[in-house]
Amino acid sequence: MATLKVPVGPADHSQGPADAPVTLVEYGDYECSHCGHAYPIVKALQKKLGKQLRFVFRNFPLREIHPNAEAAAETAEFAAAHGKFWDMHDLIFENQNSLSEQMLGELAYRLTLDRQALRDALRSGTFAERVEEDFSSGVRSGVNGTPTFFINSQRHDGDFELETLLRTIQKMIQSHK
Amino acid sequence: MSNILSAGTPAPEFTLHVTPDQMLSLKELRGRPVILAFYPADWSPVCGDQMALYNEILPEFHRFNAELIGISVDGVWCHAAFSRDRKLHFPLLADFEPKGAVSKLYGAFRDKEGISERALFVIDKKGTITWSYVSPIAVNPGADGILEALESLPK
Repeated sequence: MATLKVPVGPADHSQGPADAPVTLVEYGDYECSHCGHAYPIVKALQKKLGKQLRFVFRNFPLREIHPNAEAAAETAEFAAAHGKFWDMHDLIFENQNSLSEQMLGELAYRLTLDRQALRDALRSGTFAERVEEDFSSGVRSGVNGTPTFFINSQRHDGDFELETLLRTIQKMIQSHK
Repeated sequence: MSNILSAGTPAPEFTLHVTPDQMLSLKELRGRPVILAFYPADWSPVCGDQMALYNEILPEFHRFNAELIGISVDGVWCHAAFSRDRKLHFPLLADFEPKGAVSKLYGAFRDKEGISERALFVIDKKGTITWSYVSPIAVNPGADGILEALESLPK
């Protein structure tokens, strides 16, 4: 069974309490349509489970098949450096169908971030190493496509429809009590 | 699930088409670790299917000087089209004629469906299997096991 090799830590982007009974980690690619499909599902899970769930997103850009995935991941990290990771994460997924470097710049502008600074960061690969660390931890943990979810460090091998994830997580919450 | 060849077994020799006019033999790769990845079929309808995923991870395999080879029963032209579409930077071998012969040698053939298992083998530089794993056909196995096997090879 594949397990999360790098535990969730302070460097991660997370939502929800650190002591939540269940932590859901997603390795995702902003240009992957399946991740786009999972985006509202995770939102629904968070809404339903409230403080019982902590959600963590890690980057897993499939650079060979998705030409904008790396830039999108680095843009989210750029936003994170300005305290706006989740705003950018959400905006990118909500505009997934028209991803381009220009679009990423517009999203930065909408979040009142400096477009030129973003452009420079992408040029010089300021956040490339951060993205690569996520990618590498995913490879070592057995990420087998995007999205890959880990529920309390165990890879979730079923489908990622709302009902399936909810059922699996609720079982985990029960056993935690 | 099949009984695949296990660690300690000498890797059976084979020669298969790698392009329409080129063959590749396992023994040509002696001297460096080899990863054999048998898989059911080209064109599975997901982003980041097994071969596309391994393609992204290729630099990690290369750090061990390892050669990655994909094998399925698809023909050479199918592999050529798939490889181009997914921009693969490693060879795909066609276990096409006689169908599945090499998969069978490794115990990695599903008779009922007539396709290869999702079976992984790591072969050391002397040609001995040091690790093997078969995944449920619907579960893409990822690369964690391969990397652990490569890490435990003698330097």
